[in-house]
Amino acid sequence: MSTTAVAVATRKSLRFYDTTVGKKAVMAVSGVVLFGFVLAHMAGNLQIYEGPEKLNAYAKLLRAMPAALWGARLTLLLMVVLHIWSSVKLALLNKLEARPTGYVRHKSQTAGYAARTMYWSGPIILCFVIYHLMEFTLGVGGTPYQEGNVYANVVAGFKVLPVSAFYILSMILLGMHLSHGLSSLFRSLGFDHPRYTPVIKHLAIAIGTLIVIGNISIPISVLAGWVK
Amino acid sequence: MKLILHIWRQKNAASAGRMVRYEAGDMNPDMSMLEALDVLNERLIEKGEEPVAFEHDCREGICGSCGFMINGVAHGPQRLTTTCQLTLRHFKDGDELYLEPWRAKAFPVLKDLMVDRGAFDRIIAAGGYISVSTGSAPDGNAIPVAKDNADRAMDAAACIGCGACVAACPNAAAALFTGAKITHLGLLPQGEPERHERALNMVAQWNIEGFGACTNLGECEAACPKGIRLEVIARMNHDYLAASCHRR
Repeated sequence: MSTTAVAVATRKSLRFYDTTVGKKAVMAVSGVVLFGFVLAHMAGNLQIYEGPEKLNAYAKLLRAMPAALWGARLTLLLMVVLHIWSSVKLALLNKLEARPTGYVRHKSQTAGYAARTMYWSGPIILCFVIYHLMEFTLGVGGTPYQEGNVYANVVAGFKVLPVSAFYILSMILLGMHLSHGLSSLFRSLGFDHPRYTPVIKHLAIAIGTLIVIGNISIPISVLAGWVK
Repeated sequence: MKLILHIWRQKNAASAGRMVRYEAGDMNPDMSMLEALDVLNERLIEKGEEPVAFEHDCREGICGSCGFMINGVAHGPQRLTTTCQLTLRHFKDGDELYLEPWRAKAFPVLKDLMVDRGAFDRIIAAGGYISVSTGSAPDGNAIPVAKDNADRAMDAAACIGCGACVAACPNAAAALFTGAKITHLGLLPQGEPERHERALNMVAQWNIEGFGACTNLGECEAACPKGIRLEVIARMNHDYLAASCHRR
């Protein structure tokens, strides 16, 4: 190695969020919160199989507590902002700055498809979330919308094939995103163990798959005419 | 055997480089990759051409000097093997090999296949040491060390600082290297007092040098000729987060 002048940082020079390790920890924590929402949201949505009364009552219940509703919404929004802001900062560093000259030949040895495509699945999921809010929360998604009748909105919305197709694609990407993120976050937060890490990896893939199956079952059931 | 070598040629740090094709015939399959370059260089010198510059020292796989990309893989296709220990018998007669230097902003190319890894030195200088008084040697067994910790520290200490982890990482992150040093020192009682300070300073220096961020892909672990495990990155993150909570 070279013996050029040694310029050494002091710990005061970079604060927590200035470092890549700090940003990854923020992504891990915000990711966990968002994953919790995805899980709860799916559990709520699956009540569609119990009929219109049950689902609409559930939707009404959520809106009956405006303070809790807005508290949850603002928390989620903060998590989304932290998750995206950190990932954009890291992506710019990783993709544009850290390796200005690329390789003529480069072969990936182990990184999985889901892990390598986080930069793509993330933004597509964001587009999906925006459209999803427009369609079912604001009622401006271009599909039939009745205030307060969630069941009818879902059925009418998913009868539109391109809408269902976009939902199904987005859910597959979300499942892939989670299958990497749910295990990666443990290492980002400092946990790796030869006995538990392989189990966590398999669990992350299983949970990602379950979320895909649970969520895409709804547009598929509507298109197949099982939910009317 | 005969090899077609495409080698990155670059005159100096300031000039632009390019891939140059060489036909290297009559190679002994028992030669190492570096010996193959030695033979190629002798032939180039005979022809009055500039020999290919590459770094090497011990040629026993323990010094960390050598290393370049061979067909897009750091240290070539043989796992747990440095470039100097990689023999030509792992390739087929007539194979085309692309030899490129490590690529990272923090590892500027000096010439041909040589890069400046001074960034690693500066990460070490930021905290990759223990502060002890010199003088008479302490008694060997005065401080007990748990066997498990001694083993894990030894595994992490196997890092030779070759830079393959940075080269293989799609983000050019220095996480495996920094993590190996933090783990190796922090697991032992002598390194414990400076554990937090070390994590804060070494991670800060890694970032200041312009390496990328770890995204937990595992490419570094696959490329490491010394079998350093991703576990060391988790330990570094753990120490850094704990240190951040305790810092004043």
